[in-house]
Amino acid sequence: MSAPALMVWALAVPSVGTVLILMSEGRPNQREAITLLTAAALFAVVLSLAPTVYTGGRPDISLFTMLPGLEIRLTLEPLGMMFACIASGLWILNSIYSIGYMRAKKERHQTRFYACFAIAIASAMGVAMAGNMLTLFVFYEILTLSTYPLVTHSGDEQAVRSGRTYLGILLGTSIFFQLAAIIWTWAAAGTLDFTIGGILDGKIEGPFIGLLLFLYMYGIGKAALMPIHRWLPAAMVAPTPVSALLHAVAVVKAGVFTVLKVIVYIFGADFLRESGYADWLMYIAGASLVLASIVALTKDNLKARLAYSTVSQLAYVVLGAALLMPLSIVGGAMHIAMHAFGKITLFFCAGAIYVASGKTEISDMDGIGRRMPVTVAAFGIGALSVIGLPPFGGAWSKYLLALGAMDAGHVVFVAVFMMSSLLNVAYLMPIVARGFFAGSDDGGGIREAPFFCVVPLCLTAFGCLALFFFADDLYRLLAPIGGGTG
Amino acid sequence: MITSNLPALQVVVPLLAGPLCVLLRREDVSYAIALLASWASFAMSILLLMAVLENGPISFAFGGWEPPWGIEYRIDSVNAYVLLIVAAIGAIVITYARPSVAYEIEPQRRYLFYTAYLLCLAGLLGVTITGDAFNVFVFLEISSLSSYVLISLGRDRQALTAAYRYLIFGTIGATFYLIGVGLLYQTTGTLNMADLAERVSTVTDSRTVRVAFAFMAVGLAMKAALFPLHIWLPNAYAYAPSVVSVFLAATATKVSVYLLLRVYFTIFGTPFAIQTMGLGDALMPLAILAMFVGSAVAIFQPDIKRMLAYSSVAQIGYMVLGIGIATTVGLTAGILHLFNHALMKGALFMAMGCVFYRLGSVRLEAMHGIGKTMPWTMGAFVVGGLSLIGVPATAGFVSKWYLILAAFERDWWWAAVLVLLSSLLAIIYVWRVIEVAYFRPPSDSAATAAEAPSVMVVPMWVLAGANVYFGLDTRVSVGVAQQAAKSLMDGGV
Repeated sequence: MSAPALMVWALAVPSVGTVLILMSEGRPNQREAITLLTAAALFAVVLSLAPTVYTGGRPDISLFTMLPGLEIRLTLEPLGMMFACIASGLWILNSIYSIGYMRAKKERHQTRFYACFAIAIASAMGVAMAGNMLTLFVFYEILTLSTYPLVTHSGDEQAVRSGRTYLGILLGTSIFFQLAAIIWTWAAAGTLDFTIGGILDGKIEGPFIGLLLFLYMYGIGKAALMPIHRWLPAAMVAPTPVSALLHAVAVVKAGVFTVLKVIVYIFGADFLRESGYADWLMYIAGASLVLASIVALTKDNLKARLAYSTVSQLAYVVLGAALLMPLSIVGGAMHIAMHAFGKITLFFCAGAIYVASGKTEISDMDGIGRRMPVTVAAFGIGALSVIGLPPFGGAWSKYLLALGAMDAGHVVFVAVFMMSSLLNVAYLMPIVARGFFAGSDDGGGIREAPFFCVVPLCLTAFGCLALFFFADDLYRLLAPIGGGTG
Repeated sequence: MITSNLPALQVVVPLLAGPLCVLLRREDVSYAIALLASWASFAMSILLLMAVLENGPISFAFGGWEPPWGIEYRIDSVNAYVLLIVAAIGAIVITYARPSVAYEIEPQRRYLFYTAYLLCLAGLLGVTITGDAFNVFVFLEISSLSSYVLISLGRDRQALTAAYRYLIFGTIGATFYLIGVGLLYQTTGTLNMADLAERVSTVTDSRTVRVAFAFMAVGLAMKAALFPLHIWLPNAYAYAPSVVSVFLAATATKVSVYLLLRVYFTIFGTPFAIQTMGLGDALMPLAILAMFVGSAVAIFQPDIKRMLAYSSVAQIGYMVLGIGIATTVGLTAGILHLFNHALMKGALFMAMGCVFYRLGSVRLEAMHGIGKTMPWTMGAFVVGGLSLIGVPATAGFVSKWYLILAAFERDWWWAAVLVLLSSLLAIIYVWRVIEVAYFRPPSDSAATAAEAPSVMVVPMWVLAGANVYFGLDTRVSVGVAQQAAKSLMDGGV
């Protein structure tokens, strides 16, 4: 099958899956089998596209014309390829985990849960493959709306309130800032196609460049740049599989992915660097990076701590983009993959601990590692990868980011990266330490979580390790977006 | 024969079908007649639009009296488009109407409902199709008088006061318009719009023409419910029978906005209206106030039909803003929003009609948990609401896109910012309903409610589906709006 047709399939497979899931209401086994099959089929489709993109192909297909002169169009480039692979691949593991988690917790409305999940993944595919900013925006908004029922899944007062924050910030910023930025770009440049080197050179100038960049950066609420990060901690009321795949991988990564796309393909890194109007973004991202880590330190609720950790790690990617150097951009992009595996492992573990013991607060978790050694060991691996220590994937992306900061001549950000890594150690490692060494041996009959929960978290932890050794391939894939210096 | 007489039949069919219902006096027969006439009108409006797009404007001399002496029906891309909107909504609404009418209107009055409905439809189509300034007034009165009847059929006694207030405002508006027409006639000696356009341009210095412009502008603003002349609208929509709310919200103010366009741009001409009379500057603040006051008040309404009515006030602000920007893109946005707003408000008011049909109330506290028992109805409400907010892949997004684009192209940054800000208000008032409908434990009446009958659900979903369809495929909606805007800016008739 030709590559453009495969891209359409990448949208169609999860969409058809959604319909089939909805038709399986009341038949849990059938519903979950369909989810797994859909996820596997999607991953196969996405993987079969990889060789084309890896060897420099850029499959492109126009679906239909939405507004005169503006098409809904799919174009696959390295960044999108990587994002699509991560989201679809982890969806398989996450679905296995969901089955274990949702059944163990006896959650209600599971059909709605699986259906919304499939729509969210379909829209993440759309974001990944979008060929122009309008297409990306359409899928971006569908992603927001399809995850709203997941965030408010429990339906209680707190869920509704968190849902309000979630939707208010994500929909509000995207309509208010991002839409304005997109229409402005369209009015100025007459195109919204993602083009290497950008489309705005010579179309706008002076402080307007900074203003437009501001509109984009704060319009992409999913990147959770402070101070519009509040939706992410709020989204933690969702069941853990949602936090794991959507709020550590698909949704937030769609945000930083969009940031990279805008900076690389709409503005063009060279254009922004020469204009000098992007410096503020480095400082905002740097501040967001450190502040979120400090807030994470203060959180006792495990999922809340992980959420702030995500805010901080997303800022790494934004900072990488804002430094505008080839190495920092590739490093930022690579951090999407590295952080995805690390953070999903951490969330899987948090959920497994909750399922097995009902504990959500870190201070209650003394000695839990002796009862759940596999889970807490996996947590340790995920944590080390997020911190950025070898032999785990996170080491490479942080290394590239630091190199990029040096290239850009901003040594201060090397210091910021170092300091933040120390903070990562400070808020992640105590959990492992407490788990294994603190407290008494009286575990109260806590055992490892169900098989379906434990297997995925072992696999993602293994993924963190594997990424350390396959980082070179990833680098080769991503090098073109940095400006071809690979 | 039929084709050449289409312009006349477009109005005459519903106009004659109305009295037929009175003569027969039977509810079921009246319904059948209304259904038939409405769908026939819809078919004719499609044929007319196609003919206009293919061969250019059509002129029809009524009774064989040549214009400018006789009454001329003149159809170009602008009013062919509006005709299609009105007739399409008319056909969909009447299909939906029967259970709702049976529930809300006493048996002995139902045939009157269908009569008034058909007359109102005929009046709105007539206003749109005619090329004669006085004939406009006649049809305006036909539609207005029949809508007073329609509104007063509401069960709530408040409907009578609402209808009365509408009567007063409507009459003042129409009278102002008539005074304007009279002054123009005095100056130019003609009532034919095309003829007027030619002659007015030679006498624009005269104070009479300016006074005429002012009278017509104010009168039509009142009919269109432009802030602050909107105060008749919320109660009229809130207390009217559900079907009437759907129909009026989706058509009546649209026709008035169309008439504004016609008078400003065709009769008086773009240079006179915009430069001499400063129309843009006058409309702009009113449009913006409408957007904000309408949306802000909507947030606090406990009655959802009233909430939607205030939202309409805000949406009319969008349309007028597009007109006030006074560029081709701005007009495109305004005309496009005429169409798209009809789709979204149609779907939303229909959903409220279904809710009222089952619960006997559309107050927020009655709708607790209704999302579980009436999933299709509330699903349509969600789609309509998203369109109102302007989420991509809905019709509302396309309107907003053009409106903001128009503002950017004129370098009116602030206008773009204000449009976006006011859509944030729409998120608030739409989500208020959604949260209550889906997350609150069901109220007693909601817990036992069943889904509305499929006769109501299907037409409602046709409109809800149209919101999505026209959000993705904009060839027709944007294409025709662009052509219409162009012809208005060029001063063509």
